[in-house]
Amino acid sequence: MINRSILFGALASALLLAAPVKAAEGGDRPHRESWSFAGPFGTYDQGQLQRGFKVFREVCASCHSANFLYFRNLAQEGGPGFSEAQAKAVASEYQITDGPNDQGEMFQRPGRLSDHWPAPFPNEQAARVANGGAYPPDFSVLAKARSYHIGFPGFITDAFIQYQEHGVDYIHALLTGYVEPPAGTTVQPGLHYNKYFPGHQIAMPKPLSDGQVEYTDGTPQTEDQYSRDVSAFMMWMAEPHLDARKRMGFQVFIFLILLSGLLYFTKKKVWKNVSH
Amino acid sequence: MEGHSTYQPQGKVARWFESRLPIMGLLHSSAVAYPTPKNLNYLWTFGAILTFMLGCQIVSGIVLAMHYTAYAPVSFARVEHIMRDVSYGWLIRYIHANGASMFFIAVYIHMFRGMYYGSYKAPREVLWILGVIIYLLMMATAFMGYVLPWGQMSFWGATVITNLFSAIPGIGETIVQWLWGGYSVGDPTLNRFFSLHYLLPFMIAGVVVLHIWALHHVGQNNPDGLDVKSVAKDTVPFTPYATIKDIFAMVVFLLFFSWFIFYIPNYLGHSDNYIPANPLATPAHIVPEWYFLPFYAILRSIPDKLGGVLAMFGAIAVLAFLPWLDTSKVRSARYRPLFRQFFWIFAVVSVGLGYLGSQPAEGGYVIASRILTAYYFIHFLVILPLLGLFERPKPLPASIADAVLARGAKGATAPHAKA
Repeated sequence: MINRSILFGALASALLLAAPVKAAEGGDRPHRESWSFAGPFGTYDQGQLQRGFKVFREVCASCHSANFLYFRNLAQEGGPGFSEAQAKAVASEYQITDGPNDQGEMFQRPGRLSDHWPAPFPNEQAARVANGGAYPPDFSVLAKARSYHIGFPGFITDAFIQYQEHGVDYIHALLTGYVEPPAGTTVQPGLHYNKYFPGHQIAMPKPLSDGQVEYTDGTPQTEDQYSRDVSAFMMWMAEPHLDARKRMGFQVFIFLILLSGLLYFTKKKVWKNVSH
Repeated sequence: MEGHSTYQPQGKVARWFESRLPIMGLLHSSAVAYPTPKNLNYLWTFGAILTFMLGCQIVSGIVLAMHYTAYAPVSFARVEHIMRDVSYGWLIRYIHANGASMFFIAVYIHMFRGMYYGSYKAPREVLWILGVIIYLLMMATAFMGYVLPWGQMSFWGATVITNLFSAIPGIGETIVQWLWGGYSVGDPTLNRFFSLHYLLPFMIAGVVVLHIWALHHVGQNNPDGLDVKSVAKDTVPFTPYATIKDIFAMVVFLLFFSWFIFYIPNYLGHSDNYIPANPLATPAHIVPEWYFLPFYAILRSIPDKLGGVLAMFGAIAVLAFLPWLDTSKVRSARYRPLFRQFFWIFAVVSVGLGYLGSQPAEGGYVIASRILTAYYFIHFLVILPLLGLFERPKPLPASIADAVLARGAKGATAPHAKA
């Protein structure tokens, strides 16, 4: 009886939920890439983060800020794996405004580990003026702030397959999604056609092309590779403790599974002589 | 129903203390000797799970508050500070953010269990109403907590929900401005929400004490919906029987919880809440947290603003009248064949409303929302009162012990009946 009720309920909900499902808005859905940090044992690929950092620094950072990224983060565990000396060296290449000093004046000094990544523009207005009215978003948590429409039943199965890479998949798709607009589409002046951007007209010009950034580790210098690497770097920036989180998760699961097993048999023993 | 306390203080100090404040005796009678029906299934462990979740939210919340600042220009950055710089801050915040959802998952199971087995019927009406009050307080707490990270969904969710009060004729606008502390959601709103978000959980804890007190006074309902006839035959002492079962269920629930904390911590959140609040940019779709979605669907299904608000609050308020809307004298759906079917339809309708609440309010979604909203109210206001009059319940066993015996006899053919 219960089984029949549940079956009926499941059937009714399937009908109910399936009926209004429609195609995702905005056309193309980003492709789900394979990322080293996906899944229960995922970890960041240090080499990829270092390459992504290079792309970020040489290309993206000229317009995008990353206010929550500190130079010290570059040498922190679970990150791109730079040594403290390397992180210090990177920091010292930037001039940071500090002060006021004893004379009451602001002054410039080389960056330190405790400084955050210097923003390319002093304020939003300056950024807009330099970018045709558009404000390049801050990179710090952008990989968690972007997503795309998934719909039923994907949004349910995603919980089981631990899909949490919406943001990076979207960013990778966007960076490689600059194509010729379909015939009949007029692109507004100052905007660019992108397959994956909601509304398809994006202010950011195509940022990456083959051979633009030099890789010294033999990785192919292609637009697609740059885009993967910088997306992974952005994921790390947004979720710097992902490695530690997944590692701890595994330990917690082992512990809880053992504990629940012991408790189950204890419970059975306690209830052994009670019919219930 | 309180077990007569068999507590005997051991030793001189304990006797001295017990004769002045019998708190050990109280604890003993309510957590050790308390007779609990022996036929309870695992759905009855959610009370303990909910108590644990409340504690978990309060403890993690207090730690978060040590590192958080409620000030609109910095709150978003302070939450990121917790995520990045505070030792295990990411863990505590993910526990707290997902803990809210776990709390609601557990409370929904707890409520549907109460509905299925008729736990709201006499003499448990006050117990049930106290539960509805806890649920309301939980919703207020969760809503205000979601505002604190000061992301886009925080800001716009707060704007939409507080604006509901403007539907009240005459004084609506004044009330909304009073809630906001200004002419729009802003820093004063954030500050008072933080204050209330810290206060309300302790009010919940207070009502939980009343809820448990009422429970221990009238005794637990059970899957057969029968009264305890003989404490010796129908019940077992809370400790060790219920304690060990509750702890086991709690650890299994923790496994489920951990899946979210460690592997999909942002699954239940909205990506827009990682964008700092911006009063000048409205998100494409403003969606509340999942646990509000059925009520959000009801709100949007009514074309009139005041009507929508009344329907939404009515959908919650109607729960408080459930003990009197259900006219059947039989508690458990086990012995109510028709009610059982209608219960599952209602459960599916509630989930369906939740799905519709997450979709844009347009086209077929609106029509579906209206049909399901109508059904939601028909279930409470028409079906339940009539069912009690027309339904022919199955014969009830004479006692809990008899019900257990009967099931034990045909145990091989009905394994699901064994708890």
